[in-house]
Amino acid sequence: MTEDLRQYKQVTCTINGKERTAMVDVRASLTDMLRNEYRLTSVKKGCEVGECGACTVLIDGEAFDSCIYLAIWADGKNIITLEGLEGPNGELSDIQQAFIDETAIQCGFCTPGFILTAKEVLDSGKLYTDDELRKLLSGHLCRCTGYENIFRAVKKTMYKRLGKKYKE
Amino acid sequence: MYDIKAIYEAKSVEHAVQLRMEHPEAVIIAGGSDVLIKIREGRLAGCELISIYGLDEMRGIRKEEDGTIRIGSLTSFSHIHADPLIQKHISVLGDAVNMVGGPQIRAIGTIGGNTCNGVTSADSASTLFAYDAVLEITGPEGVRLCPISEFYLGPGKVDLREGELETAVLIRKESYSGYKGCYLKYGMRNAMEIATTGCSVNVKLSQDKKVLKDLRIAYGVAGPVPRRAKVTEDAVRGSEVSPETRARIGELVLEDVNPRDSWRAAKDFRLHLCSTMAMRAFTQAVRKAGGEIDD
Ligand code: FES
Ligand code: FES
Repeated sequence: MTEDLRQYKQVTCTINGKERTAMVDVRASLTDMLRNEYRLTSVKKGCEVGECGACTVLIDGEAFDSCIYLAIWADGKNIITLEGLEGPNGELSDIQQAFIDETAIQCGFCTPGFILTAKEVLDSGKLYTDDELRKLLSGHLCRCTGYENIFRAVKKTMYKRLGKKYKE
Repeated sequence: MYDIKAIYEAKSVEHAVQLRMEHPEAVIIAGGSDVLIKIREGRLAGCELISIYGLDEMRGIRKEEDGTIRIGSLTSFSHIHADPLIQKHISVLGDAVNMVGGPQIRAIGTIGGNTCNGVTSADSASTLFAYDAVLEITGPEGVRLCPISEFYLGPGKVDLREGELETAVLIRKESYSGYKGCYLKYGMRNAMEIATTGCSVNVKLSQDKKVLKDLRIAYGVAGPVPRRAKVTEDAVRGSEVSPETRARIGELVLEDVNPRDSWRAAKDFRLHLCSTMAMRAFTQAVRKAGGEIDD
C-alpha cells in the first residue's frame, strides 16, 4: 500500500508537557485521539461541528476546537488540555479555583473548554475591557450558568494576576 | 471519527499540485472549519481529501519589494487580525476577519479557505473585493494571478482549474496606500454568526480632506457572489465629502445589488441593509481617513 493510503499514521506531539507518540487512524479528530489514546476525558464531545467549544484545547498556546482538527495535524505540536493545568500535588490553578469560587460551574460540561480559552486570555498578560472579554469568550456555549459567573471568574482572575483592584 | 475515504497529505506546494492531478475528485482541506463540518453533516461524507494544512510555507504575511502585501493562503484569521502589517496598512481586513465565527474558529479558519469555498457571506471576501485583491494560484503550469472579481464564478464555485490551488492573496500598494476603510456586518448575534449582509467601504480623500478622490464599496450576501458597487463608485468619485454625497450613495447602491429572499432575511430587508450599511460604513471610513462628516 502506498504511503498515502495507510489508514494509520504515527503522530508524535507534546501533550501537557510530555512527548507522546501513538498510531492514530487518519480519520480521527484530535478530540478522538486525546480521549481514546490518552484518556484525556476533559476534552468533551459536544456538538462536534465547531459550535460549542466543549472540546477546546490549546495548540501552541492558541485555543482550537479539537473536534474540527484532524489528529494527524497534531504531529509536532504542543498541546495542553485541562489535565495539564493541575499542579504537582494536584492543586488547582487560579482560574479553576475562581470558577469554583464564583459558582461558574453547574453540570461542568462546558468548563474545561472555557478554562482553556481563559488560560490563553490570561496568559497574554493584557487587561481587557468587558466587551473584549465577552468577545474572547464567545466561542463557548454554556447551557447552565447563564455566563455571568463565568465572565466574573475570568475577569476577577485577570485583575488579580495584573495586581489590580476588582470593582463590581 | 470522520467519514473520509482517504487523506493525501501534501508535503510541498508542488506535491499538492501533483496530488491534485492524481486525485481530481479529492477535496482540498486547508483548516477544518468548513470541510470537516460538511463531512460531519454528510454533505461531503466519504470524500477523499488533500490536506495542505502542514504547508507552513503558505502561512504568514509579508511586504514585497514593490509594496504588495502578500498573505499566504493558509494564514489563519487570528494571525491576520494580530499582524502588524495588516494593522498598519489594511486594518479593516483585520477587523473583518475578526468577525468570523468565534475565537477558536478564527484560529483554524484560513483566508484561502474563506475565498476558495466561494461563499458570498465570507467575512473576508467583501473587504478583499474592496481592495482589489489578486489571488496567486499555483498549478501544473506554474503561477497565475487572478483578480478576485474574476475568481467567483457562482455560489460555491470558483475559478480553480485542474491541479490548481490558491497559494496567496496579494494586495497591491496602489490598492491600499492612502485608503482607509470600514467593514460592517449585520447578523442576529455578535459571535458565531454568518453575515446577513456584510459591507466594506474604503475611501481616499484629497489633501484637505474635503473631496472624495476615490471610493470603493463591496458587499457580501448582496448577490450570489460578493460584488462591488461600481455604478455608485463611478457616480460618486470626485464628489465633496458631505451628508448629501452619503445620501446619494445610499440611493445608488440599490442599483448595484441583487440580494435574494432567504430564511435568514427577506429581500426588501436586505436592500434596506445594503443602503444603510453603505452609508454608515462610508461615514466611519471618512472619519478614519481624517475627514469630517456629520451623522
Ligand atoms: S464539540 Fe467541538 S466545538 Fe462543540
Ligand atoms: S455548566 Fe453546564 S454547560 Fe456550562
